[in-house]
Amino acid sequence: MWMGQYDLKGLLGLFIQSVFVQNILLFNFLGMCSYLACSNKMKTANGLGIAVTLVITVGGVLNWGVHNFVTGAGALSWAGLAGVNLSFLELIIFISVIAGFVQVLEIAIEKFSPPLYAALGVYLPLITVNCAILGACLFATVREYAFFPNLIYLFGAGLGWWLAIVLMAAIREKLAYSNIPHGLRGMGIAFIMTGLIAMTFMALTGINLDVSGKKPPVPMILNSGTEQNP
Amino acid sequence: MDKQPSLKNYLFDPLWKNNQILVAILGICSALAVTVTMQVALTMALSVTFVTAFSSFFVSLIRKQTPDSVRMIAQLAIISLFVITVDQLLRAYLFDMSKTLSVFVGLIITNCIVMGRAESMAKNVPPIPAFLDGLGAGLGYGSILLLVGAFREIFGFGTFFDMRIIPENWYATFTHPDRYVNIGLMPLAPAAFFLLGLFVWINNLLTKRD
Repeated sequence: MWMGQYDLKGLLGLFIQSVFVQNILLFNFLGMCSYLACSNKMKTANGLGIAVTLVITVGGVLNWGVHNFVTGAGALSWAGLAGVNLSFLELIIFISVIAGFVQVLEIAIEKFSPPLYAALGVYLPLITVNCAILGACLFATVREYAFFPNLIYLFGAGLGWWLAIVLMAAIREKLAYSNIPHGLRGMGIAFIMTGLIAMTFMALTGINLDVSGKKPPVPMILNSGTEQNP
Repeated sequence: MDKQPSLKNYLFDPLWKNNQILVAILGICSALAVTVTMQVALTMALSVTFVTAFSSFFVSLIRKQTPDSVRMIAQLAIISLFVITVDQLLRAYLFDMSKTLSVFVGLIITNCIVMGRAESMAKNVPPIPAFLDGLGAGLGYGSILLLVGAFREIFGFGTFFDMRIIPENWYATFTHPDRYVNIGLMPLAPAAFFLLGLFVWINNLLTKRD
């Protein structure tokens, strides 16, 4: 329930794994739209990174509760409804939880910390449709993490996203002074730069710090490259 | 848009000229993640087209009744409805495929294309044009998906829809190490970025847009 198959060292491994090795943006391609749209300025990128990390962690923990006590197979047994499986409602509940949490967070920040609101406020509505958030929640659900591994995984995923967007913003600020072929300017070069960053992160591929004893069911599509390649 | 566009324009405009991936840079996440092979790309393309077309239609249908303050939530609910339909259909009839796509079917909800079409088009126009616009956007997205998928599968695995394109006897062996080898980068993440970057470049050159 709380630790699952992980000990403390395993949690540290999981954390490093989710920040660097399986970076949610560069390895799983999630949260790409806001990453490309908001990485022009360092300040914007930083604000968005903080907001995403916050929402991904708290929203993910809430969704963990939803999965374990409401929608998972047999999750309603505490209410005497062990035979009921609401997993088909999972998607719509997850996205509602995220949207609702973002809304509440926006109101709370506006009330309690106006300077923080001034810095983060504009990015919060954007986050509802950031696929990194929903994606991380769904990955955590598919892998059936217990509470703390789930928390660590999501926090790591958020930090990884933040790291990636800050890296990209730093490069794009420098790129403004470069002489790039005309049609490639803007998005074209942003894609190619992201590809290069992803290549450097690929150097970490194959390191497995997720030492829970059980191999997480990584979707086939994500590791097909390393296994099917003749 | 200056003049009143015809129905045909609604369908064809987002296919190439306003292609959502290449021009608006939306829906990138899934475009990169599900293009390793053609079959996966095709399934994803069809799913997204279905969701975009029908959610645009229904968002447009209730556009006069929806208050502005709950617009986003209402749109998300409609979109989730169709995504759940697709998800359940895939699980029922194409179980292996739904295992391969795993979370990416669910992520159609947050695919910016669906939301973007609902926001920028469906809430302003009648249902039929909205449906055609959604269909066009979905097909435009799908065509890029298939294009990237084709490059990655042919050069990465030497196959196309699991049919062998590059003959086995062209491949390098221990005795003939100087023959053809698959490009190992192609199935991996960075290749998708490079390909998409190139397509954006080509699109910019062809349409002479800055």
